[in-house]
Amino acid sequence: MKYIDEYRDANAARQLADAIRKATTRPWNIMEICGGQTHAILRFGLDQMLPPEIRLIHGPGCPVCVTPIEMLDRAVAVASRPEVIFCSFGDMLRVPGSKKDLFTVKSEGGDVRVVYSPIDAVMLARKHPEREVVFFAVGFETTAPANAMAVAQAKRLGLTNFSMLVSHVLVPPAICAVLESPLNQVQGFLAAGHVCTVMGIEEYGPIATHYRVPIVVTGFEPVDILQGVLMCVRQLEESRAEVENQYARSVRAEGNRVAREQIAEVFETVPRKWRGIGEIPTSGLALRADYAQFDAERRFDVGRLVAEEPSVCIAGEVLQGHKRPPECPAFGTQCTPERPLGAPMVSSEGACAAYYRYRRHE
Amino acid sequence: MCLGIPGKVAEVYQRDDLPMGKVEFGGIRKEICLAYTPEAEVGDYVLVHVGFAISRIDEAEADEIFSYLQEIGEAAEQEASPENS
Repeated sequence: MKYIDEYRDANAARQLADAIRKATTRPWNIMEICGGQTHAILRFGLDQMLPPEIRLIHGPGCPVCVTPIEMLDRAVAVASRPEVIFCSFGDMLRVPGSKKDLFTVKSEGGDVRVVYSPIDAVMLARKHPEREVVFFAVGFETTAPANAMAVAQAKRLGLTNFSMLVSHVLVPPAICAVLESPLNQVQGFLAAGHVCTVMGIEEYGPIATHYRVPIVVTGFEPVDILQGVLMCVRQLEESRAEVENQYARSVRAEGNRVAREQIAEVFETVPRKWRGIGEIPTSGLALRADYAQFDAERRFDVGRLVAEEPSVCIAGEVLQGHKRPPECPAFGTQCTPERPLGAPMVSSEGACAAYYRYRRHE
Repeated sequence: MCLGIPGKVAEVYQRDDLPMGKVEFGGIRKEICLAYTPEAEVGDYVLVHVGFAISRIDEAEADEIFSYLQEIGEAAEQEASPENS
């Protein structure tokens, strides 16, 4: 397919790996924020094409992984109600809550449905006025325009049986949290190309300047990621700390203005707890007061929830780049994609799932 | 979850007051919301995430990396060729 195949060309990838080797004179630690990039790196063996001085550290950019366990328990409680059709992206179904996951709710008779788009959930609400349709709105800035449009559309259509369980998170505060950690080893970042497609690159300038780190907005195919690493290494070698855009075919400096306006109309910035990491100020989105009637947290009283995390799982350290998945004692034994202890083993963007799928035999 | 797939716009229309379109991915056609890419026309490539186009792909920018690689490839060949040694 156009705009995919040519970015997977082996010769182009080798040329870029050579250029990285020539540009590198000493060790550098670079974090790719997005879990989609982590999967591409392991799937195509891009880390193995790099010189030994370059270490890629996997970042927290997996929305499924950082959704707090309390929110999952709430989703399980809401989805178990007989009047509810609970709609979610497929990735969320196997993420373990304190007692069960959404897949178990479905197998016990709950009406849990996987949808491709939040608009599909709005259409279901229109088709089933006698039921309550709830959409599990999880994601980063990339997904926020779609979810904002779904709420706005529900309002336009006058739907009273549609609501959203919102657990949206934002990338720039997470980058700051990584850099503020006393254990931080990251010296440069590959920022997430689709997040920046929506939001633009302006938020990243002050971060690059304040923390003296290069930030390269990067795409998701092998050629993109290797070019992003090359641009980042060149900045590090030249002691520059700038925001550069590798993914200019999709990312404009100002982002997608129409999408940003729609997000601002529906959502406001709030503090948000990240699973395994803790609360990060101004790192989440929640529905504005004008859209409070679509807030599933307000609509469904599920009582007091007491969350319990499995003690052996080191997801928090993996998500912050302090440890690699194979360093976890449960990796591949007690914890597998079929029987996961932590969310990073479930998600198609989780670092544990990437290592299990592409590296478990090493 | 931030997965974005490039597809070619095959048709543009309105539904429930929303700009929509048919977008082709390889041989598969899907209905996609085009509200965030009002500039996209039939024949353009858009990047699609959970049923929404979030950008129109800039063809000139997309080609840039390959012109750069060609340049460094040619430079390396010249370095390696005997008449320059």
